[in-house]
Amino acid sequence: MFPTPIEKLSKSVNISYRAAIWIALILWLLPLIAVMMTSARSVADINMGNYWGIPEQWMILENYTQVFTSTPMARYLLNSIMITVPAVIGAVAISTLAGYALAKFKFRGNVLLFATFIGGNFVPFQILMIPVRDLTISMGLYDTATGLILFHVAFQAGFCTLFMRNFIVGLPDELIEAARVEGVSEWKIFWHVVLPLVRPAIAALSVLIFTFIWNDYFWALVLVQSDEVRPVTAGISALMGQWLASWQLISAGSIVAALPPVILFFAMQKHFIAGLTLGATKG
Amino acid sequence: MQKLHSRQQQWMPVLFLAPALIMFVVYVILPICQSVLLSFYEWDGLGDKTFVGLDNYFELFEDEQFWLALKNNIYWMVFYMLAPPLGLAVALFLNQKVLGIRLVKSLFFFPFVISQVVVGLVFAWFYDPSYGLFNIALTSLGFEPIAVLSDENWVTFGIIAAGLWPQIAYCMILYLTGLNNLSPDQLEAARLDGAHGWKMLWHVILPQLKPATFIAIVVTVIGALRSFDLVATMTAGGPFGSSNVLAYFMYEQSIFNYRVGYGAAIATVLFLIMDVYIAYFLWRMLKSEKA
Repeated sequence: MFPTPIEKLSKSVNISYRAAIWIALILWLLPLIAVMMTSARSVADINMGNYWGIPEQWMILENYTQVFTSTPMARYLLNSIMITVPAVIGAVAISTLAGYALAKFKFRGNVLLFATFIGGNFVPFQILMIPVRDLTISMGLYDTATGLILFHVAFQAGFCTLFMRNFIVGLPDELIEAARVEGVSEWKIFWHVVLPLVRPAIAALSVLIFTFIWNDYFWALVLVQSDEVRPVTAGISALMGQWLASWQLISAGSIVAALPPVILFFAMQKHFIAGLTLGATKG
Repeated sequence: MQKLHSRQQQWMPVLFLAPALIMFVVYVILPICQSVLLSFYEWDGLGDKTFVGLDNYFELFEDEQFWLALKNNIYWMVFYMLAPPLGLAVALFLNQKVLGIRLVKSLFFFPFVISQVVVGLVFAWFYDPSYGLFNIALTSLGFEPIAVLSDENWVTFGIIAAGLWPQIAYCMILYLTGLNNLSPDQLEAARLDGAHGWKMLWHVILPQLKPATFIAIVVTVIGALRSFDLVATMTAGGPFGSSNVLAYFMYEQSIFNYRVGYGAAIATVLFLIMDVYIAYFLWRMLKSEKA
């Protein structure tokens, strides 16, 4: 282990280290803590300039209720779910198929295709913006959840295929080969042999791209314009325009918007980190 | 990989690949080509397109806003490069086994999980000129308060600092995983040779963390060039375009000013800059693939 385990050092170092990590954490999250506190403040408190002290009056229930009753926040949250969940399922499904093909079949152009998926995953969104917007409009899908979902599925397919391919490459060839010798059809091999083995990768990938898609802001601006479809990121920024003075509501709304990926992260932390670092450990 | 035995197997990879490939071609590959093509046209997004050759690019190179945005993108890249070393520092600081450390690590990672729109809001609140935490800290240290987001000289750095927050968290996680996978034998051997502290870090640890460093640098450069969300939510490029970046400048020109061809030219320039990094990444990745 590096650095040297702290237990091997003196007691006073140990005590100060244990205190230091929590102090560092509070400093690190201070801007966020200020917003959390603000989401519990009264208007009077904010007008008095109490921006980061303890609220004079705790208004948690009132503020969070007001976010849901006087803004379309509930609608935005629902929209985000309706966009994110199908997009994650779609992207992971088509990428598992493609990743398997790239990992376990030898054919001309294999490496080139793999490189295309990786490269495409890094391009700036702006180079796609106008054509994708036009395409979505011409299919009659502008300002619909389907329009956003289709784009997310397609774009995330790049990263997901890279990810699944790297995972499947590590699976033993013998299993697949044995099934082939038995005369099992390719589709059945995929379904009954490969799929059960890639479950951990699918879990890791799903958690990761759930946050990517949930937090998307750019495409929500470009492909959607009405409150009926708008996901929570674009919703919050629209609210900021309308409620500029009501910081307690904007703060409460932001906390609500941030919650789903945070909960998912804590619930599936191991998968999440495995997903993020797969490339790093494989190099 | 195995040899192909039958007809069926020859066609299978095509079928497996088809859905992903079709989607990717329609939504990523073709749009790139269309955007590049569009950059040679003058178009308001609705009417007829007029071919103007390289005019958009000539105009771009004389547009002060473009150079300002490009300069800001360079600032983003330079200062974003603080994220990998700072992420490493945090990772080294937290790489211990004491009570509650897992929770501390996850909470440190927090800023990366929340949306950049929320990060923008958090920092707008932090920078608030009258009562924000940042200015309270400044004045208590005896400095003059700064209205970061409305000051042309500070605004870009203020937004970059907000962007560094999640980016450092990301690099930290990459390094924490890397530190977890260090070879205990090598550490032991180095310790027996009397290596410790900085020397140990530089000669023994960092070489083993190379894969993590590579990914950290790539995602940081791409993140810096992709910066859009924070600029859009915190300042919309203002005041007077002083915090603009290419990604936002392109959006602004195409959507608000109806200059779609011009926007496509900006996107093409951004794409070409990014290509250098994409090519480098692919080259490294494919090289390690062959080894």
